[in-house]
Amino acid sequence: MSFMELLQAVIPTALFYSAPLIFTALGGVFSERSGVVNIGLEGLMVMGAFVGIVFNLTFSDVFGSWTPWISILAAMIVGAIFAIIHAVASITFYADQVVSGVAINFLALGIGIFLTKQWYDKGQTDMVSQPFYTTDIPILADIPLLGPIFFQGIYTTSYVAILFAFVAWYVLYKTPFGLRLRAVGEHPMAADTNGINVYKMRYIAVIISGAMGGLGGAVFALTIALNFSHATIVGQGFMALAAVIFGKWHPLGAMGAALFFGFAQSLSVIGGGIPLLADVPQVFLLIAPYVLTILALAGFIGRAEAPKANGVPYIKGNR
Amino acid sequence: MMENKWFNILVPVISVFIGLLAGALIMLSFGYNPIQGYMALFKGAFGDLYFFGETIRQTTPYILAGLAIAFAFRAGLFNIGAEGQVIVGWLAAVWIGSTVDAPIYIHLPLALLAAAIAGALWGFIPGLLKAGLGVHEVIVTIMLNYVALYSSNAIIRNVLTENADKTDMIAPTASLASEWLENLTYFSRMHYGIFIALFAAVVMWFMIERTKLGFELKSVGYNKHASKYAGMSVKRNIILAMVISGLFAGLAGSMEGLGTYGNMTVSSGFSNIGFDGIAVALLGANNAFGVVLAAFLFGALKVGALNMPTQAGVPNELVDIIIALIIFFVASSYLIRWIILRFKREGK
Repeated sequence: MSFMELLQAVIPTALFYSAPLIFTALGGVFSERSGVVNIGLEGLMVMGAFVGIVFNLTFSDVFGSWTPWISILAAMIVGAIFAIIHAVASITFYADQVVSGVAINFLALGIGIFLTKQWYDKGQTDMVSQPFYTTDIPILADIPLLGPIFFQGIYTTSYVAILFAFVAWYVLYKTPFGLRLRAVGEHPMAADTNGINVYKMRYIAVIISGAMGGLGGAVFALTIALNFSHATIVGQGFMALAAVIFGKWHPLGAMGAALFFGFAQSLSVIGGGIPLLADVPQVFLLIAPYVLTILALAGFIGRAEAPKANGVPYIKGNR
Repeated sequence: MMENKWFNILVPVISVFIGLLAGALIMLSFGYNPIQGYMALFKGAFGDLYFFGETIRQTTPYILAGLAIAFAFRAGLFNIGAEGQVIVGWLAAVWIGSTVDAPIYIHLPLALLAAAIAGALWGFIPGLLKAGLGVHEVIVTIMLNYVALYSSNAIIRNVLTENADKTDMIAPTASLASEWLENLTYFSRMHYGIFIALFAAVVMWFMIERTKLGFELKSVGYNKHASKYAGMSVKRNIILAMVISGLFAGLAGSMEGLGTYGNMTVSSGFSNIGFDGIAVALLGANNAFGVVLAAFLFGALKVGALNMPTQAGVPNELVDIIIALIIFFVASSYLIRWIILRFKREGK
C-alpha cells in the first residue's frame, strides 16, 4: 500500500466518523460556554438518531432523495425541544447540571426504545432506504493528489460539519451575541449587572446544544448506523464531550479534537489494513480519545481553562 | 434543621409518586390501561417467590453501586465512574474466580477482595487527579468508564480466553450462588451477595456517622476551606472518598461476576449498574438506609418491568422513562420545595 493509497483510505473514513462528533461537540461548546454543563450530549444524540431514522423511514416516499436532509432538520428541531427539559431543570430549578444531564441520557434512551417498540413492535427499526451516500465533489475531485484524498467518495455532511465549526467560531467570538453568551458563562453576575438576561442566554445556549446534538445523532444514524436500536449511540456523545474539553471549549479546537477522535475511530476500524498499525492492539486506539482527554485535563497537554461559571446555577441576587 | 430532614424524606417520596403518575399518563396516552400495566409490574416483581428472589438479586448490586455514589456525594464528589468501577470489579472477580484454585474460605474472599481493589484503583485515579491537580472528577470518571469497558473487553478476548466472547465460568469455590436461597425462591438467581450488600450499607453508615474519617469527609463535602483551616487534609480525604467509593462499586461488579452470572461477557455497551446507582443514591438522599430502600425500589421496578410486555403489552422501557423522570424531580427538588411551601401558605 503506497502512502497515497493510505491517505485515501484513512482521511475519508476519518471525516466520516468525525462529522457527528463535530456537530455534537459544537453544541457542547455553546452550552458550556454559557455556563451549563451538558453531560446529556449522549442523550441528545440518541434523540437525534431516533428522530432521524423514524422520520427517514416514514417520509422516504414523500421526499425522495431529499429525505436524509429533511430528516436531520427534523432531528435538530426535536433535539432542541428535548434540550429544554435540561434547561428548565438546570437553569430555572437550579438542579445539579450533571444530574440533570444524566437524567437526559436515561430519558432519551428510554423514550427512543419505548417508541421504537411501540411503532415497530421490536427493539430496533428497519434499515433506512434513504441514507446519506458518498459523493464526489464536482471539479474539486479532479484536482490531482488532493482530489482523491479529500473530495472523492466523501459525505457532504462532513463538510457541513467543518463549515458549522467556523460559523460557530464566528458567532461566539465575533458577534455581540457570542460575547454575551461567553460573559454569562464566565461571570453571570457581572453580565446580569450589565443588563444581560442570564437565564435567557443560557436557555438559548442549551437549546442550541440540543439542536446540534440532535443533528450529530441524526448524521451518525444516517451515515454510519442506518437504523435505531439501544446500541446505535454508545458513547459518541461522551466522546463529543471529550472533544469539547480536549478542544478547550473553543469551536475550532473542538472541531480539531473531533477530527482527531474520528481519525482514531477510523484507525480502529481500518487499522488492520495498515502495515504499521496492524500490530497495535485495537483496544489502544479505542481508548485513545478518553485517555488523551484525561491527560489534557491533567494539564499534560497544555492547560485547559473551563468557563469559570460552568456548572454553577445562577441564582439572581445570590452571591 | 427539622424542616430540612422533613424535606429530605418528602422530596424522594413525591418524586417517585410523580414519576409513577407520569408513567400512568404515558400508558394512558398510548391506549394501555395503567392499572393493568402497574399490576403486571407488581406481579413481575413480587408475584411469587421466584420473582421476589429475582428482585432481591437485582437489588444486590444496586445497593452497592448506590452506596458507592452516595459515599462520594457525602464528600462533595460526583462519581459518575461507578459504571467503570463495576466493570473492572466484575472482571477482577471473574479473573480470580476462574483461574485460581483454592478452598472456598480462601477463594471467595480473594475474589471479592480482587474486585474491591480493582474498583478502588479505578476510583483512585480520578481522586488523585482531583486532589493533586484540581481536575474535575466528573469528566475523568466518565472517560475512565470507556477505558474500563474497552480494556475489559480486550482482556476477556486476548488474556482470559483465546478470542472468545465470554470467560470460563468461575469455580464453585468462588461462587456466591446459594442452593438454600435458590430452593427458597423456586430457583431464582438470588445469591448470598445480598448479605454482603446489606453489611456494606451498615459499614457505610458506621463510617459516615460514627468515625473520625466520616466526619472529615462530610466536613470536606460541606466546606473545603473551613476543613483545611481546621487542620484536615482535604487532599487525603478526597482521595480516600474516591477510593472507598470505587471499592463499593467494585464489589457491586463482583455480585454480577460471582453471584448472578458466574462469568463475564464481551459487551458493546455498559452494564448500567453504575449509572442506575446514581439514581439509587439520589433517591436515597445519599444515606445508607435510604440507598437500601431506593435500590429495592429500582430493583423491583426493573425486574417487574420484564413482566409488562407479556401481561400488559407495555414495552418495559417505560420503567427507564419513569426512573429518568424520578431523577429529574429529585434533582429539581427546588421545584418540589417551592410547591410544598406554596401549598402550606395557601393552607394557612
